Amino acid sequence: MAIQKKKVTANSGRISLLVNGKPVEFEIGSLPHQVDTSHTLAHTLRETLGMTGTKVTCDNGACGSCTVLIDGKAILSCMTLTVECQEGSITTIEGLRNADSGELDPLQQSFIDHTAFQCGFCTPGMILSAKALLNENPSPAEEDVKEALSGNFCRCISHYQVLRAVMAVAGRGGGHV
Amino acid sequence: MSEEYRFIGKSTRRKDATEVVTGATRYLNDVKFNDLLHGKVLRSPHPHAIIKTIDKSRAEQLPGVKVVLTWEDVPDWKAGTPRILSVLDRKVRFVGDVVALVAATSEEIAKQACGLIQVEYELLPAVFDAEEAMKPGAPQLYDEQPGNIATPGTSAFGPKSLKYVVMGDVEQGFREADVISEGTFGYENIPNPIPPEPPGAVAVWEEPDRVSLWVSNQASYLDKILMYHVFGKKVEVRTHGLACGGSFGTKIMSWPVQTYATLLSRATGRPVKVVFSKEEHIAAFVLRPGSRMQARVGMKRDGTVTAISGRWLVDTGYYSSTTQAQVAVGCGEIQLMTRCANWDLQTDIVYTNRSASGCVRGFGGQELKCSFIPLLCQAMEKINLDPVEFIKKNYVKPGDGYFWRDGAWYVYRGIDYSDAMERGAEQFGWKKQWQGWLRPSATAGAKRRGIGVGVHGNADIGEDSSEAWVRLNPDGTALLYSCITEHGTGQRSNYLKMVAEVLQLPLERVSITPADSLINPFEYGPFGSRGTYAIGSAAIAAAEDARRQILELVAPRLDAQPEELETVDGIIFVRGNPEKRIKWGAMGYDRTIMGYGRFDPDFTLANCMTTFVEVEVDTETGKVDLLRVVNTTDVGQIIDPPGLEGQLNGCLGSSGIDSALFEETVFDTSTGHILNANLIDYKWRTFSELPSIDNVVMETAVASHRFKAIGVGEVATSPGPMAILMAVSNAIGVWLHEYPTTPERVLKALGKVPGKSRAGGAA
Repeated sequence: MAIQKKKVTANSGRISLLVNGKPVEFEIGSLPHQVDTSHTLAHTLRETLGMTGTKVTCDNGACGSCTVLIDGKAILSCMTLTVECQEGSITTIEGLRNADSGELDPLQQSFIDHTAFQCGFCTPGMILSAKALLNENPSPAEEDVKEALSGNFCRCISHYQVLRAVMAVAGRGGGHV
Repeated sequence: MSEEYRFIGKSTRRKDATEVVTGATRYLNDVKFNDLLHGKVLRSPHPHAIIKTIDKSRAEQLPGVKVVLTWEDVPDWKAGTPRILSVLDRKVRFVGDVVALVAATSEEIAKQACGLIQVEYELLPAVFDAEEAMKPGAPQLYDEQPGNIATPGTSAFGPKSLKYVVMGDVEQGFREADVISEGTFGYENIPNPIPPEPPGAVAVWEEPDRVSLWVSNQASYLDKILMYHVFGKKVEVRTHGLACGGSFGTKIMSWPVQTYATLLSRATGRPVKVVFSKEEHIAAFVLRPGSRMQARVGMKRDGTVTAISGRWLVDTGYYSSTTQAQVAVGCGEIQLMTRCANWDLQTDIVYTNRSASGCVRGFGGQELKCSFIPLLCQAMEKINLDPVEFIKKNYVKPGDGYFWRDGAWYVYRGIDYSDAMERGAEQFGWKKQWQGWLRPSATAGAKRRGIGVGVHGNADIGEDSSEAWVRLNPDGTALLYSCITEHGTGQRSNYLKMVAEVLQLPLERVSITPADSLINPFEYGPFGSRGTYAIGSAAIAAAEDARRQILELVAPRLDAQPEELETVDGIIFVRGNPEKRIKWGAMGYDRTIMGYGRFDPDFTLANCMTTFVEVEVDTETGKVDLLRVVNTTDVGQIIDPPGLEGQLNGCLGSSGIDSALFEETVFDTSTGHILNANLIDYKWRTFSELPSIDNVVMETAVASHRFKAIGVGEVATSPGPMAILMAVSNAIGVWLHEYPTTPERVLKALGKVPGKSRAGGAA
């Protein structure tokens, strides 16, 4: 979950991000429309950009609910300051489906097909953690999936159905879990 | 499984599936409000104190702060059973109790303002143990409740609300016994289900006496009623139930957060949102009741229980709301699993200076049985009785009776679960692995394996009332009015499956209203496992009523009697003569048809879950690994296979099985602080530690449900903890009496580290 080191440019007065493929630029400051240097990426996504698909559960880096992708890798957006993400390309759960066709990402479709959720609150983070894994390793073994998702908290216990959903996309058919 | 259904029993996609996987589902914190203020709670650092003075002037002067409220500023609204707890009080009773409320233009400002409030406390001695709290001279939490004992019983269950189990002749029963076991056992680690979404509420006050609340709860209509009573029956309440990011019973206790939002909105005239932080969620919301049982059990060699006497002590923390009701249901549930003619089981609910206990997945029975079954085990050990034989013999059978929560006697007319237990035991390979009490099932070096079994059931599947309407539209669609939030069970979708099955409409053509208390009829909510049988039956009845009405309406047009007609896909035709047909549109564009359904309580049916577990204990490190789980049940008829699997797999988390392995709320009994109020220090199961789970589900038709089905969701978590305690004890050859079975406790029991575990024994 390492953040790719980017030059932090808090002093430049502006922060530029690519969010789900769309360029977004903020002034840095403490006015409502600005991004404060203390703002987490989760806060900016949810409160400033109104993209509430990213969920905050523990706000403490422990549960994985707030997982988003930055340059294809999973990060915890509740533990990442927005000003650290200069020029980063961020993918949230809202940006996973194909922007042109509207078609769901195969992982999203597989989560539906396997009913891989119950209350659904941890689902965006689960899907994005799995997506980051598949970006790196398109054919993971089940143990790799467990490892990649081991930071994602789920109290309903949808783990078994999630594993099947991810393994189905990984092209391994989802053996017994 | 005799009937073939179009939707029931089939895997169908959840109605909200696309929203869930695209992040479009709207939970409480995702809803936008204009002009919204943010509320924060200033909480007490002391477990017991009188607020001598509060100076809020500095906080009020902070730019962005709109109001600061203390006990001096609020109406005399009261909560609790009995209703003795002021919503903001001059006295604080636990570390985390509310002292003041702030509303400000941002969360940060509200938080900062909390830090500017100056409070002077007069510290009082505190009490953290239920038995200590009952002693003469103990610190008193409420003047109205001397001895810290909560008034037993709840008016919600009527004047005879069950407070104890007393019947037969206990002394005679003990004389008939071949073996008697006695001791004190507890389930006191107050585990917390911790749903991911925190408790919260948004309130919009309208002068002079109305409030709209946006809530995160599994039972949002009930909030309307509960809050009406908290507000002294002087405020009209409308609730909007949003998607709920997990509740596990806990959010039924949302009155504090809903009250805070309401008070702040009332004071500012603006919408106010209060959402608890994870620390508040864990340390100042709701915990499981602490359960301790001192009891004596008499048993014959054939496993017949001849007598049960003792006292069940329930620690409810600083107030009680549902605890009396949980004791009533717990007293009923213990009878379901133990056929016995002679009982003298008394109960006490005790206040202590910690965060309150209340409604948590399972409703009294899990707490009681986690204390009771270890006692039974010690009797079984003496007569070398296989626990599977015991539970098969002793679980309630058709024709048996029990006192239920209202104090009345009911005769059971449900499923005989012996077959399901037998099937589960076969699947698990129980007979091959069972080596006798306190004997490991396998040994390899320092590792010992052990097996255990637990059982739990609840006659709650038909409890309380539900109402629903089904509206038929001329375009061949139907709308279900049912005040149900989606809290993870998939039931909003399942009720639509039931309605679609009755009306024979494609699933795409049925939909459900938002859980708005203004537009929907009464709904108690999915408490316990009542969803399928109770709530489902109301939806089914409404659909049947609507179907009857439309057939009666169009019968003359088809020159037929209504009972000769069928409807499929929005087309009505004469049975055996499908050429004679007419569309629903024949009702006219200017008409809708409204069917009404109601379910009234029925306590003569119960569900049952039996859980088999296999653990491996490292006797050098004390670590316990859960290897395997087999859950077995009978649901009458499966409604939704993947949804059911999710519910059954849920046996691990949300303060279920894992509360016997590693989940606990660590409470410091010298300071009254909860030490692990975050998701790093509170232990939870990860993907890397999944045991294998097999779910054995039988389908023995339950005649009184249209689709022969009953619910089992709540009970999935309940049998596991006691099974784990049994399995670990068997693995290491020494009785463990306390939850969870941490390495420290295991090593203590093995005599490898100093310390004593609680006494218990058989005579």
